[in-house]
This record gives sequence, structure tokens and C-alpha cells, in this order.
Amino acid sequence: MKQKRFLANYSQLLIPLIAILLLVIFNLFRDPGFFSVGLSTNNNGDPVLQGNLISILNGASELVILSMGMTLVTAASGGQDISVGALAAIAGSVFVKVLKGGDITILTVLGAFLACCAVAMAFGAFNGSLVSFFKIQPMIATLILFTCGRSIAYWINGGATPTVASPILNALGSFIPGIPVPTPILIVILMGILFSLLFRFTTLGLYIQTVGINQSAARLNGINSVGIKLLSFILLGACCSVAGMIGVSRLGLINHETLLINIEMDAILAVAIGGNSLGGGKFKMLGSVLGAYAIQALTITLYAMKVPSTDVKAYKAVVIVLLVVMGSPVVKEWASRIWKKLTSKQEISVRKEAA
Amino acid sequence: MRKLIVLLLAMVMVFGVFSVAHADDLIKVGVVNNPPSESGYREANVNDFANVFTKENGYDAKFFYSIKNDEQLAAARQFITDGVDYLLISAAETTGWDVVLKDAKDAGVRVFLFDRMINCDKDLFEAAVVSDMAEEGRTAVNWLLAQNLPEYNVIHIQGAMGSDAQLGRTGALDEQFAAGTMKKVVQQTATWDEAEAKKITEAVINSGEKFNVIYAENDGMARGAVAALDEAGITHGVGKDVVVMGFDCNKWALRELLAGNWNYDGQCSPFQAQVISEMIKVLEAGGQIEGLNELKQIISVEKGFDAREITEEDIATYGLGE
Repeated sequence: MKQKRFLANYSQLLIPLIAILLLVIFNLFRDPGFFSVGLSTNNNGDPVLQGNLISILNGASELVILSMGMTLVTAASGGQDISVGALAAIAGSVFVKVLKGGDITILTVLGAFLACCAVAMAFGAFNGSLVSFFKIQPMIATLILFTCGRSIAYWINGGATPTVASPILNALGSFIPGIPVPTPILIVILMGILFSLLFRFTTLGLYIQTVGINQSAARLNGINSVGIKLLSFILLGACCSVAGMIGVSRLGLINHETLLINIEMDAILAVAIGGNSLGGGKFKMLGSVLGAYAIQALTITLYAMKVPSTDVKAYKAVVIVLLVVMGSPVVKEWASRIWKKLTSKQEISVRKEAA
Repeated sequence: MRKLIVLLLAMVMVFGVFSVAHADDLIKVGVVNNPPSESGYREANVNDFANVFTKENGYDAKFFYSIKNDEQLAAARQFITDGVDYLLISAAETTGWDVVLKDAKDAGVRVFLFDRMINCDKDLFEAAVVSDMAEEGRTAVNWLLAQNLPEYNVIHIQGAMGSDAQLGRTGALDEQFAAGTMKKVVQQTATWDEAEAKKITEAVINSGEKFNVIYAENDGMARGAVAALDEAGITHGVGKDVVVMGFDCNKWALRELLAGNWNYDGQCSPFQAQVISEMIKVLEAGGQIEGLNELKQIISVEKGFDAREITEEDIATYGLGE
């Protein structure tokens, strides 16, 4: 019985796990050394880990963080926020704006992060209030920021590609001297811990699911559904600010037009591949995280395969269609029916033997 | 208090009449352009026009910025109705302009195109001042050939597929790949995205393949590729393992050249206003515009900067942005 509940609880992780497994097997066949990780020295003379595995984990960081927030918004509101890329660009611009104000020290970087976090959470609250209070469809509500967000990001700095350079930023976006693991990976782990603590010690996760499943029932049970939806958007705003900060720190440059461009679609896709219903309700954040890594693994695989520039999107589309079909309710139904038949036959044969 | 306001109003009216009367000797110009937020290139382009078409230079200029073709068309119509003498256009899209340009011709408004061509009859405009992206590519590739490297293993990072800049800057390099003088290690689009350029370069480094040239079709992507090199401990720049090439001449990129971290940066000149202004002055004096090619174009003079020769002065003159 316990095992069954465990299966029901985690079966939704099957699709992203299968996706990752398939990509791993495919790559191992293609190039046995694909996942080898080596220790080398970077141009600052510090030891760093290197290899495709690290590239995937590192490169997916922003997407993973955004898909964490997207999971919450999807679960609570039953819709998606399509402005996350634009909001990350705004957050990144604020981050750069504050840093350009003076000398870059650990304190100013911290201040810049708090500032961009506050701004992004305010924009998140704007989106959230449109959705929760005015009951606008999330995709329409966030379309506003999706359209004008990158222009706002431009206004903040008033220049096309402002640059900032500092060893501290390098440590934030690349490697901390002495630690061979890329910092963005560490930030993702930190975010994961924060969210799991949030779910472990508060009832937020349960409330979000309840609001997503049935808003009126949640309200009748004394849950402030407007507040919960608003909170999910504010948390997504915070995720956007972290993603924007990482994106800026990686290169010491903000290009408001290209920073995390089109990432909203990948983030939504990660939520879907993770087996979460895009209609809201029950959710598993781990699924979205695995989904995000699967998407990044796919991208890096295509780069490693040297697929021609013009064909990349087509290849990606084929794989994604396969994944989404695999995770569709119809296929799941088939799979569970076949599974039941197989297990019942086994049970019968076991019984026969016993008899 | 009331007296003061009346006085102020009177002054405003007097000056208003004065300035209107004065505006009559100015050449009326309507500029339709893309918004400065589009790119560093556009920002410099917008500033260039604002600096050249001033009252001091004898112009009464109005500016309109939009990234949408229909809004640009409406603005162009409005400029014609307002009775401008000259219409300067950098179109968002190459099509849909025929009717407006015919209206302009009928109204006696003379049209100059800049930065981007429009698909229309050549009689509908006086001249077009544009960049030759293919020439930019050739200049860069010729520079690369002149380096006499023992071998050329090139990581080629492309811009958004199908854009003018991508097609032009890819063309010259593709010829070398086809001729076998250079080896294509990878040719991949990062769609102008710095972070993607870094991932593409990482993928090559992880595969262990040899390469000694990075040819990125803009500065941002070159910066992304260089970030990957730095993390992998591969040296780059003047006299180092990998030759780094970028385009667009942002100030920060030229400073990388000056520091010897990059090797080459190709210019894409956003400075067309002066050339157009000179042509307008010729027309106003009753002269003929000369020096156009068969497409009625004037090709902007564009340089390529070598890290060993670049100076602070070059950065101040040709660099875009801050």
C-alpha cells in the first residue's frame, strides 16, 4: 500500500526522467566521452570543473529557477506567466543600474540584488493583482509586460548594452575562486533548498494546490485565494530577479533585447514536461526542474551534434512533440492499462503456482 | 501674480510668432526611424540624426520612432501632410511603402532612404545611404587571411538566421569554407544571444576539437564565446592561442581590442546623417546628386579595426554606446 502511494506520488516524474535517460543513452552511443567531467584551470588560474554535464547543469540554471516559479503560478492560477523573460531583463537592468552607480563591492552587489529583487517582485505583484483581483486570464495579464518589459529594461539604463566588470560579478556568474563548481549551479541548489524549506515548514504548497483545484472550495475553507495567487506571482518575480542577476553576471553585460529571450516558452514547457497540469492544481516542482534540465540537455546535444543552424528548431520541435505526447493523458491511460494487464497476468501465474 | 502670467503668455506668443516666422527659412525634414532601444547600432544612428539635423545646421527636423511598419507608414503620411521638404526613412519592413512614397512624390516631398532599402521603384527616392553587409564580411575575412595563420579552424557563431547582417557576414566566410582555405569547426546560430554563443563555444571545447579562430557576427556573441574560453583556460587575443573577431564596434568591444583581448572588430556604420545632409544641401542649391550606384545607393565607408593598431581616438570616434 505504501509503495502504491509512493508510485502515485512520483509517477509524474517518469516522463522527465525518461526524457533525460533517453538523451543520456543517445549521447553515450554517439560519443562515449560525452559526459566525462574533467578538472582544468581557468584563465584566472583557479581550478574548475569542465565537461558537457557541467555545461548542461550550468547553462540550465536560469531556466530551472524560472520553471520553479512558473510551477507555482501554474498551479495556483491555472495559467502561465509569459513575461518572465522580459521581467528578468528588467531585473537585470536594475542590477546593472545600481552597480554602475559606484564601486563594486560585496555590499553593493548585495544591495543591487535586493533592489532588483524588490523591483521584480513589484512587477510580479502587478501581474498577480491583474490575475487574482481583476480575474484576467494569466496569459493576457502578463502579455502587457511581455510586450513592454524589454523597452522598460532599456529605459532603466538608457543605453543598449551597458557593461559592468568586477571579480565579484565573475564569481557570481562563473566561478568562485577555489570552488570548482560553477556558481549558478550552487545558486540553483540554494533556491531548491529555500523552496523545499518553504513547503516543509509552511502550508503554502497545500494552499496553492487547493486554490488551483477549486478556488471557491478553498475560499469556503478559509483560504485567501486572491492572496495565494498574488503570492505565487510575487515568488515568480523573485525567481526572475535571481535569473536576471545570473544572466547579467555571466558576461558582465546586459543586452535587454537578448537576455533570456524566449525563455518563457521553455519555462512553460519545463512545467509541462515535468508532468504538471497546465490547468493548475496539484504540482511537483521537482518535475519542472527535471523538465528544465531535459530541455537544456537537448539544446547542448544539438550543439554537440553540430546540427545546422537552420535546422535546430525543427530537431527540437520533433523531440518535444514526442515528449509531450508521451506525457499526454491518452498515452498514460494506455500505458497504465498495459501495465495492469502485465501485472495481473503475473499475479494470476503466481497464484496458479501457489495453488 | 496675474500680471506676471499675462506677461509670460505675451512673451510666449511673441516668441512663438518669431520662431514660426524664423522656421520658414529652415529646411523641413521628417525622419522616420526605428526606436533607439532596438540596438546599440540604432541608438548611435538616432543620435547621429538628432545631432546633424539641428536648427544650427539649417533644419527644422521632426523625428518619429517605431519598430512597426504600419505606425511608420502613418507617421510618414503625417509628415507629408505637414508639408515637409524631405522625408528620411529607415523602414521597419521592406514592403508596403509604394503608395506612401508615390504620395510623397506627388506632394513634391523628396525621399532619402537610410540604413535599410525598400522594395520599390527607384524613381520614388533620391538616394539610399546603406551599409554593405557582404562587404563587411569580406573585409573581415580578408583581414583574417592576411594573418597567415598556419591553419584556420573556425568557430562561426551566426546572428539571427535570414537577417541582413547574418547573410552578409556569413557569406564571405562560407566562401572560404567551400574553397577549403579555412576549416569549419562549427557553424551555429546564437540568434544574437550572448549566453547561447557561450554554450555553443563550450560544446566545442567539451568535444576536444581544435580551433584557433572565433568569428562571431556581433560583439555580444564574441563576448559570450570569450567567456567560455576564459572558463576553460584558453588564451585569446593578440599573440595568444585563439583569434577573436566581432562586429559592430561597441565602445566596450573596442576597449577589449585595445587591451589585446580580442583581435578584430568590424564596423557597421550608423553614421548616415552627414552624407544625407550634404546631398540635401546639393539639391537645395539646385545641383544633382552624384556618386550613386545603379541601385541609387551610397555605400557607407566602413572599417575593420585591428587590435594592434587601434587607438583611444578610434574608440571615441567610431565606438557605439558608452
